[in-house]
Amino acid sequence: MKNWLTPKSTAGIMLIAVALAALPFVVGMAGQAWVRILNFAILYVFLALGLNIVVGFAGLLDLGYIAFYAVGAYAWALLASPHFGLHWSIWAILPIGASCACIAGIVLGSPTLKLRGDYLAIVTLGFGEIVRIFLNNLNAPFNITNGPQGITLIDPVSFGGFKLSGFTPIFGFPVSGPQKYYFLLVALAILVIIINLRLQHSRIGRAWQAIREDEIAAKAVGIDTRNLKLLAFAMGASFGGIAGGIFAAMQGFVSPESFSLIESVMILAMVVLGGMGHIPGVILGAVLLTILPEALRYGVGPIQKLLFGKQLVDPESLRMLVFGLALVLVMRFKPAGLWPAPERKRELAEGAK
Amino acid sequence: MDIFLQQIINGLVQGSIYALVALGYTMVYGIMGLINFAHGEVVMIGTLVTITVAGSLLKAGMPALLAGLGGLSASVLVCMALGWGLERIAYRPLRNAPRLTPLITAIGMSIILQNLAMMIWGRNYLTFPALLPKIDFEVAGVNFSAIQIIIVLVSATTMGGLLLLVYRTKLGMAMRATAQNPAIASLMGVNINRVIAAAFIIGSALGALAGVMVGSYYEIAHYQMGFMLGLKAFTAAVLGGIGNLAGAMLGGVLLGIIEALGAGYIGDLTGGFLGSHYQDIFAFVVLIIVLMFKPSGLFGEKTGERA
Repeated sequence: MKNWLTPKSTAGIMLIAVALAALPFVVGMAGQAWVRILNFAILYVFLALGLNIVVGFAGLLDLGYIAFYAVGAYAWALLASPHFGLHWSIWAILPIGASCACIAGIVLGSPTLKLRGDYLAIVTLGFGEIVRIFLNNLNAPFNITNGPQGITLIDPVSFGGFKLSGFTPIFGFPVSGPQKYYFLLVALAILVIIINLRLQHSRIGRAWQAIREDEIAAKAVGIDTRNLKLLAFAMGASFGGIAGGIFAAMQGFVSPESFSLIESVMILAMVVLGGMGHIPGVILGAVLLTILPEALRYGVGPIQKLLFGKQLVDPESLRMLVFGLALVLVMRFKPAGLWPAPERKRELAEGAK
Repeated sequence: MDIFLQQIINGLVQGSIYALVALGYTMVYGIMGLINFAHGEVVMIGTLVTITVAGSLLKAGMPALLAGLGGLSASVLVCMALGWGLERIAYRPLRNAPRLTPLITAIGMSIILQNLAMMIWGRNYLTFPALLPKIDFEVAGVNFSAIQIIIVLVSATTMGGLLLLVYRTKLGMAMRATAQNPAIASLMGVNINRVIAAAFIIGSALGALAGVMVGSYYEIAHYQMGFMLGLKAFTAAVLGGIGNLAGAMLGGVLLGIIEALGAGYIGDLTGGFLGSHYQDIFAFVVLIIVLMFKPSGLFGEKTGERA
């Protein structure tokens, strides 16, 4: 790590920085909708990297990750909306949301520590469903979550008086809401990437890897498997909570519908499709799986018209069909993901012999 | 007391459907350690095929019973083909892949099947044709219908048949051997590919049967119906100890009864704070509690952590 700031790498980092800074304005020319999609891609990078800690590093199959995202989103929605008349500052809400999610992670993690892979998967899945059902029904007898209608008019992120929604002229150039959120999201994503990178080869990261590969052996060499598994759950959950808060603020609206099982599954698919445990792979998976369905949304209709002269099948279902097919095909031809970690690839090659 | 018995009956009916679907999950899991997430969609397609076939047979003037049998056999055949195709196309190439790979494939297949169904049958709720006469009985203050009795009897018989197949035939022996150790089983001359395909085909046939039952019980079907049903059935399989046939059956029935009782009594128990729309959480709450004390399900074999 000492000599990583060579002239070559500095130039590379500068180049990436410039590209990242210019991206929302370039994409913005195609319409603000695309900037929004870009923002979601980054939000999913954040979520996928959070889940990567649990699934990729520690090897705990979590199918209810979206519950923590929901906890964060609802924490923001309740503390910064007219629903309870509270309008707290981001510096209060984001830590509260993250700690609520973290506590939820520990609550889920502690009774399930004994469970093996697939049993853990179904329990986490059930937990996610329980959270969603409660969000859906906690409007009576006390109205806490406003039920299926969800909570509207949520405050946007603001730093002091600087709001991240609506147009603001910066140097005489109007910068849109999504474009401002983009920079916040990129900053958060860079933060989570750095945390992931630093964790990976740290003492904790290596201990997680040991648990993932062989829990009994890990225990035998003196790793505190219980606390480390809980730590993985808690850390993953906190990231989910932060992402949820930003999601609520960005959308201005939350409802239980956004937190269904299919969302958990999608985030897991991002991690696995990209290359479990490999940070660049996970980023790639998240970006691809966010952009692909959206690109298909715009592409499927016109292509059908071009080929057959008319709309043969409902574009919405065709889009999802292509998406499902893409998942199956990638797994068929790249079983370890699109961009797996080098050591993983080697193991697989040896296993195939 | 009447409510109690009534809910037990309702739960038993719902539970036998869960049990049939759970068997499909547990057979595949027991043999190859795969959660076949697409199984719920197979059940859904079973229901929808029955609606189409039985509906058109009825329209052609066939008596209801024959139309029903026609629909049932069509849906069983379609689902068997579907199960076989799933295994052959999607899962077989991944047999040596990392553990999570087939899971993502299963999710992909589930998305594909759901959207195919939506293209074929549309987004709207479909009405299941009335195939069985509506007869209601009342015994000791408890109501039940002919359909409910048929559902319980048919699933009990089918499950008995399955147990005979697995424990009394050569194919069953091959299945159990493969479940224990595929490599050794294949050394003993078991054709692993055929055994796995058989597990998928049998599981899907049971799923189709369950699909027909769900359809005739609730009289309504939808392209998304497979999701929650599959989830509950999978929960039932895990509750009983996944990979264990008797466990899946008992887990299914137990889950059905717990849900029915829970929905019937939650309002009283919580002083009206939680209503019956919390019905869906019972399955998961019970599952979590059971797994806390018995980490491999109620009837799961005590396997070491390295299993």
